[in-house]
Amino acid sequence: MNEMSRISRRIFLLLSLLTAGFAYAQLSVEITGAGANRIPVTIADFPGDPTASRVITSTVRADLERSGLFKLVDNDGLAFDENAAINYADWKGRGADALAAGSIGRSADGRMEARFRLYDTQKAVSLGGAAYVTSNTQLRAAGHRIADFIYEKLTGEKGVFSTRIAYVVKARGHFLLQIADSDGQNAATALTSTEPIISPVWSPDGGRLAYVSFEKKKPVVYVHSLASGQRHIVANFKGSNSAPGWSPDGRKLAVVLSKDGFSQLYSVNADGSGLQRITQSSGIDTEPRYSADGGTIYFTSDRGGSPQIYQIGANGGEVKRVTFEGSYNVSPRPSPDGKNLAFISRREGRFQLAVMDLASRQVQILSDSNKDESPSFAPNGRMILIATEVGGRGVLSAVSSDGRIKQRLSVAAGDVREPAWGPFYQ
Amino acid sequence: MKKLLIPALLSAILAACSTTPLPEDNKGAPVESRSTGTGVAPVTADGLDASGLPRELTDPKSKLSQRSIYFDLDKYEVKDEYKDLVAAHAKYLVANRGFKVLLQGNTDERGSREYNLSLGQKRAEAVKRSLVLLGVKEDQIESVSLGEEKPKNPGHDEAAWSENRRADILYKAADGRGEF
Repeated sequence: MNEMSRISRRIFLLLSLLTAGFAYAQLSVEITGAGANRIPVTIADFPGDPTASRVITSTVRADLERSGLFKLVDNDGLAFDENAAINYADWKGRGADALAAGSIGRSADGRMEARFRLYDTQKAVSLGGAAYVTSNTQLRAAGHRIADFIYEKLTGEKGVFSTRIAYVVKARGHFLLQIADSDGQNAATALTSTEPIISPVWSPDGGRLAYVSFEKKKPVVYVHSLASGQRHIVANFKGSNSAPGWSPDGRKLAVVLSKDGFSQLYSVNADGSGLQRITQSSGIDTEPRYSADGGTIYFTSDRGGSPQIYQIGANGGEVKRVTFEGSYNVSPRPSPDGKNLAFISRREGRFQLAVMDLASRQVQILSDSNKDESPSFAPNGRMILIATEVGGRGVLSAVSSDGRIKQRLSVAAGDVREPAWGPFYQ
Repeated sequence: MKKLLIPALLSAILAACSTTPLPEDNKGAPVESRSTGTGVAPVTADGLDASGLPRELTDPKSKLSQRSIYFDLDKYEVKDEYKDLVAAHAKYLVANRGFKVLLQGNTDERGSREYNLSLGQKRAEAVKRSLVLLGVKEDQIESVSLGEEKPKNPGHDEAAWSENRRADILYKAADGRGEF
């Protein structure tokens, strides 16, 4: 990234209502870097309830700006609703290629209704609009939905502002498995433990997390339903149980068990039944991830003498080696479209995020840090979330898959690690 | 109001987790400390220590009190310098078939957590194989891995890392008392 063009700004999204005791577990977001051609867009203030309007429009603006793909053009405090006549030439003159206007009203049942419309000032046309009914406490969610709509209309790909992320915070001797909105807000703790929690992964429907907990003094794989808090053991065999990866249909998990000796890949139904062995080697096989089509599994193995990434059929069979450069390539994560593979590569003692174009086998290093771990693609494939270290403290970092845009998410006191980006809002 | 409950709950959880340090120097009357100041070491007639294990497993003068085997970077072979120690534990377990051991493999903090979990497993498994070759029964042993998650030394230098590349032997007696 060009140092001169680097944009560095801090957005402290901490709301004043947060108490000091809570703030340490709240993620704050810092953005460095931006896309080359940012789309200039104006978000007008929405007439209606002024507090609700402020929450929604500031959420939309912060989302678009954080993505690195948009440049916000000041609305000069102007407010107009989705039915107002638009002076396209005026907004074009101000430098805005697109403009969103809207209003806050009340739905028939007394809840808030946010309506908006998006305009293309160049072509002088409406690009469509929507209305989201929401409770007062979910105003930010409505803002994320509007930002997703604008993002999709203007970039042609689905937005991820309404998605959630999972991660583990280690603080004061405790491990907290937390869920937050993709902007780090609304953090909630799904599980608290005095023993480590690692490797959370979202079910494809976004309702459950699989993870590894050491609460039984050894690694055991659990599946946890977030809404109910109910959880059950998927794999607790003799030895270690770890590295869950969901099949794309959400019915099965690939897991790593050492019950027959060394770490090997198995598949198991999400309820813990139907265990089947996938790999047969005398070394380490771990970190299984199904391809987007469910047909193959990428995994890490030391069968060639050093840890490298391989590929095998979802039910076993022939094994193909995927990485060849260097002596340590681990943590494979196929992109949602199946075209790329993110992984962690050790280069001259530094652990860095790398992405391989699976068709050409070209590898690009995307980070300039040296302790990257646990990559996780956003569901639209645009960004990759990783755990890394800054000043000896664990933080999360999001990097665009072309390496240009970077965001950092950290908590005030404590280590953040093991990020997992959830699926699209459903 | 539902949203406000989450921070409130979290604050409550965190408050419950925090510890209040005790004043180190009470300027008033001397306070008797019952936890350390009795001057009496507890001894039981059956030769067991507080964990319920025989003294020969826990007495620092006994070789069997040494429970850690250290490994080189990215390696899981039991080095020659630990062969005598492993043999001593094997001999004890052969003579005491009711006893079980939990072998916990550990790694340093560098690299993938899941790969390290598997590497720690291989270290525990290497110790297990040595014990089995020396006559210990498979059902006396469980080998598991803690990976990089439970570092004995929390530092970030080679001294810390070499201390954390380790397999530990934990004992449990036939009556279920012990270290795991």
